[in-house]
Amino acid sequence: MAKMTGAQAVVEAFVKERVEHVFGLPGGACLPLFDRLYDAPFKVVLVRHEQGAVHMAEGYARSTGRPGVVVVTSGPGATNTVTGLADAYMDSIPLVVITGQVKTHLIGNDAFQEADTTGITRPITKYNYLVRDVRELPRILKEAFYIATHGRPGPVLIDFPSDVSLAEVDFHYPETANIRGFKPTMQGHPGQIKKAAKLIAESKRPVVYTGGGVIIANAAPELKEFAEKINAPCTNTLMGLGGVPGSHPLFLGMLGMHGTVYANKAVHECDCLIAVGARFDDRVTGDIKKFAPKAKVIHIDVDPSAISKNVKVDVPIVGDVKEVLRELNKIVKAADTGDWLEQIAHWRKESPLRYKDDPVSVRPQYAIGKLSEIFGPDAVVTTDVGQHQMWAAQYYVLNGPNQFLTSGGLGTMGYGFPAAVGAQLAHPDKPVVCITGDGSFQMNIQEMSTAVVWKLPVKIAIINNNYLGMVRQWQEIFYKHRYSSSYMEGNPDFVKLAEAYGAVGIRVTEKKDVEKAIEWSKTITDRPCVLDFVVTEEENVFPMIPSGQSIEQMMDMA
Amino acid sequence: MAVHEPTPVRRITLSVLVENRAGVLSHVTGLFSARGFNIDSLAVGETEDPTLSRITLVLHGDEKTLEQIKKQLNKLIDVIKIQDLTEEDFIDRELMLVKVRHSPELKERLPVLLSQHSLKVLEENPKVVAFECTESSQNAEKLFGIFKELGIVEIARTGTVALSKKAGAEGE
Repeated sequence: MAKMTGAQAVVEAFVKERVEHVFGLPGGACLPLFDRLYDAPFKVVLVRHEQGAVHMAEGYARSTGRPGVVVVTSGPGATNTVTGLADAYMDSIPLVVITGQVKTHLIGNDAFQEADTTGITRPITKYNYLVRDVRELPRILKEAFYIATHGRPGPVLIDFPSDVSLAEVDFHYPETANIRGFKPTMQGHPGQIKKAAKLIAESKRPVVYTGGGVIIANAAPELKEFAEKINAPCTNTLMGLGGVPGSHPLFLGMLGMHGTVYANKAVHECDCLIAVGARFDDRVTGDIKKFAPKAKVIHIDVDPSAISKNVKVDVPIVGDVKEVLRELNKIVKAADTGDWLEQIAHWRKESPLRYKDDPVSVRPQYAIGKLSEIFGPDAVVTTDVGQHQMWAAQYYVLNGPNQFLTSGGLGTMGYGFPAAVGAQLAHPDKPVVCITGDGSFQMNIQEMSTAVVWKLPVKIAIINNNYLGMVRQWQEIFYKHRYSSSYMEGNPDFVKLAEAYGAVGIRVTEKKDVEKAIEWSKTITDRPCVLDFVVTEEENVFPMIPSGQSIEQMMDMA
Repeated sequence: MAVHEPTPVRRITLSVLVENRAGVLSHVTGLFSARGFNIDSLAVGETEDPTLSRITLVLHGDEKTLEQIKKQLNKLIDVIKIQDLTEEDFIDRELMLVKVRHSPELKERLPVLLSQHSLKVLEENPKVVAFECTESSQNAEKLFGIFKELGIVEIARTGTVALSKKAGAEGE
C-alpha cells in the first residue's frame, strides 16, 4: 500500500483502468486533481465547454466500446455536464465523470461555485457518489468503472470535494467490485431460449429488429450469423445502425418514423418479431396498437425493465445479447422464408429510398450519398440532431458497429461535433465525418479550438439549409407553413469561422462541386475541415410517419 | 403483437432492502416522481444489520405499472432485494398519533373505540384528546375515517411497516 493524496489516487485508478484520454476543464475545486493530471501518463484533452467534454467522452466510448472519462470543476462545471450526462444515460454510454466539489465543511452553505451535483444528476446517471471520506475513494473508483460498463452501461458520476482530493489515503485498488445490489443477468434462461427457437421455426414471416444493445454488447457477428441462419430480414433502430452491414441483402435499413417503407411494411406484416437490444421507443413504434399487429414478439435485452415496458412480449429473454444470440444460434433452424423475402424485395423495388435530385443545386441526400461513397463504409460517422441526422441514417452506408454515433434517445443538438473529436482521438487513422446542420453545429462550435490544438482531421459536413430543418418540416406539415423561430437568420460564414479557428473550410453551392470538395477535404490531414454544403432550403425527410400514427399514415416523397 | 390492456388498479405492499447510505432514499423517491408512479406510504428504518435499511412501500397501480415499479426499483444499485408481500402472508402495522376535538359524541363513542381498537389515550385536556393507535393499515384507514368524522385537530402517521409471516429472514 502506498500513501498518496486523493487526487493522486484518482490518477492511479485511471492508470489501472487503462484510461488513455481524459476530457475536461479545470476550476478551483478540482485544481488539486488537475495538478496531478499535469504529469499523468495519459492524455488530458482541454475542452472549451464542459458539455463538449462529455460528448467527446461519449464519442470516444461509443467508437471504442471502452468507458469515456471526464474531469470538470464544481458548480457551473458540473451543471454544464448535465445535458451530456442525460444523453449518455438515455443512450446507455459508459462514462465516468468526476466533478470537483467545494470542501466538505462548506457543502450546503451556498459556497462559491457550489451546486448539489449528486442531487441534480441523480435521475440522469446510472449511479452517483459524493466522496466524503478519502478512505472510500479506491472502492468508489473501482465501483464507478464497474457500474458504468456492466449490464446496461451508463454514466456514473463521482462528486469529489477538494479537501478530500488533498487528504491522504493508503491506496489499494480493489481487483473487482462486489456490489450486492448490482448483479446483472448475463445468461439467458435456457427454457426461454428454446421457446424462442420454436417460435422462430414455426414462423413464416419473421423480422429481426435490433437496437443499440447489439452494438453495446459487441454482438454484431452473432447477429449476422443469427439473421443468416434463420434467413430473416433485419431492420435497425437509429441506435442499432451498423449492427448489420449496411450492404447486407437481408438488411432493410432503419425502421420507424423516418424508416424505409419496406422495413415498416415488413414489421407491419410479420408474424414473428425478434427484438434484440431494442426498447420499442415511440419513434420506432408510432401508434403502439398498430405496431407489428400480427406478430408474436421475442424480446432479448439485458435490462429487465426494458422488457414489457411498452408492449406485451410473448417470449422475454433477459440476458446479455451476445450470450443469448450465441445460445440461440446453436439451436435455431432455417425457417422457410423464401416467399416472405420475395414479398419484401417487391416492396423494396416498389418504394425504395428516394429523393428528387436537381441538376444544379445540392440536395442534402445527394451530398450525404457522396460522403458515403468517398469516405466509404469503414468511416466513423457522427451526427447531430434533425433532418441531416435522418438523411445520414438513410443514405450513409456503413459496414459495422461502433461507427454510427448519434444522439438517439435525448436528441441532443450539439452532440455530433464533439463526439467526432472524441472518436478521432481514439481512431487517429480512420476517417471521421461529422454530419451536422447549421443549427446543431453552432451548439458546440467552440470545440473547433480543441480539434485544432489536437490537429484532428475531422470532417465537418454541414447540411446548411439556413433553418432548424426538422422544426421547419413539422411547421410546414402540421403548422400551415408558419415558420416560427426556425429560420436561422444571422448564420455566420462557416468557412471564415473555420479559418478563424485555424482550421480550413470550403463552401459548396452547386451539385457539380460536391465530389471535388469532398475529395479535397481528404487531403487535409492535420486540422479539421468544414464542408459547408449550402443545400435546398425546404427539402423534407421522407418517408415520414407522423408522431403517434401508424404505417397507414405514412407519407412518402410526393 | 399485443399491447397492455388496462387492468384494475390494485394496492401492493413492498418490502425493500436497501443500502443504509446517504442519498438512497432520494434515489427511491426520485424514481417515483421521475416515472410518475404514486406512493401511498413509505416508511424506512435501519435493520439488525446496520449496513441495511428496510423500506416498506405501499403503492397502487395497474399490473403494468406495478411490474415496472418493481423492475425499476430492482435496477437501482442501492436496492438489494424486493419482496412483494402482497403475494404472501404478511403482517403490517401503522402508528398514528392523532389529536381529536373533544365533543359529547367522542365521549359517547370512546369506550367502544377503546375496546375495539389498539388505541391509547396519551393526553387529554378540555379541548382535545390525543391518541396513539397501532393498527394494520386496513384498520388504520378505518380509524382515520372515524376520527375524521369526529374532527381531527392534528395527525401524524408513520405509514405502513410490514414483514413476511414466513419463519426465516427474508422469508427464505
